[in-house]
Amino acid sequence: MHRDANTLTLDPIECIDSEQVPEEFKEKALAEGNQLSSLLGYLLFGVVFGIILVKSEVVSWFRIQEMFRFHSFHLHGVIGSAGVVAASSVLAIKRLGLKTIHGEPISIAPKQWTGVGTRYWLGGTFFGLGWALLGACPGPLFALIGGGITVLLVAFVAALAGTWTYAALRSRLPH
Amino acid sequence: MGSIIDFVSQPWPWYVAGPLIGLFVPALLIFGGKQLGLSSNLRHVCAATVPGRQEFFRYDWKRTGTWNLVMVLGIMIGGFIGLHLLASPGDSIDLSERTVGALSGLGVSDLTGFVPAQFISWKGLATLPGLVMVVGGGFFVGFGARYAGGCTSGHAISGLANLQVASLVAVVGFFIGGLFVTFVLLPVLL
Repeated sequence: MHRDANTLTLDPIECIDSEQVPEEFKEKALAEGNQLSSLLGYLLFGVVFGIILVKSEVVSWFRIQEMFRFHSFHLHGVIGSAGVVAASSVLAIKRLGLKTIHGEPISIAPKQWTGVGTRYWLGGTFFGLGWALLGACPGPLFALIGGGITVLLVAFVAALAGTWTYAALRSRLPH
Repeated sequence: MGSIIDFVSQPWPWYVAGPLIGLFVPALLIFGGKQLGLSSNLRHVCAATVPGRQEFFRYDWKRTGTWNLVMVLGIMIGGFIGLHLLASPGDSIDLSERTVGALSGLGVSDLTGFVPAQFISWKGLATLPGLVMVVGGGFFVGFGARYAGGCTSGHAISGLANLQVASLVAVVGFFIGGLFVTFVLLPVLL
């Protein structure tokens, strides 16, 4: 696809946490998600997720090194089995036509794809550089900051700067 | 009760942790149609603090992002619980001998804790490797995640769960970048 066409088709607000429900249910799902009871649920999801990240040592710089060196199956096993369980669950949700607890149908939006997927190749590679240097991706970064490794607040601010830089360069980057 | 705490305080094997992480995808979908993806929060924080004139940050972050920011707050609390209340016995991770050898060869001798304190600490920030790891690493995590439209949770977990080619490519990219750092950059830097 032509570069200009590519750039022009970039949705200015793409990739925001849009609800994975049909268009006509989005407003309702958004409103429900901001209710106090829902937010308490997300807080609890986060607490459990944080504990799992620490106890499975996904938050370890050393484990990330071990993963990129293919010296142990541990993290490959964590990510691989997470993917298998998540994929089978999504398949089950689709096959059984499961709805959210509030009754909205679930419909997962596909990732945008143009041309050869330049943004995924390049963006993924940049992310990998950061992941291996820092030894933490966003979830573990937040867990370690919460655990008191305060120097990672600097990494967090740097990650915000990276996000901001992407926003500023976005219209000029190949996607 | 003490024995239960002792039991969960051991490091969890991959076949326990991985499936539990995977279950967050259907759990969030069923709880409210949400998709697991944590790097979006970096964007929400930018939108909330310094949106500037970037169209990319001009959206109602409170309306779309509150649930995810609250989940991050939970992750921080979970991180505190995991590191302090459910801390594993022993102060080092049971790394493979080959990794220990490779890291020693690079001069990473202190393998205690979750991060190499010689570089990733306030003191380590004053060293070139520490600066590159913390500031450079953080920058590329933020830049790369938005460029690729997702991070480990958004692509490697929820994207692959929905069998997205885009996510498969992103994950290959993660490894291209990670292998470059591991085998080219770190040996030069350390």
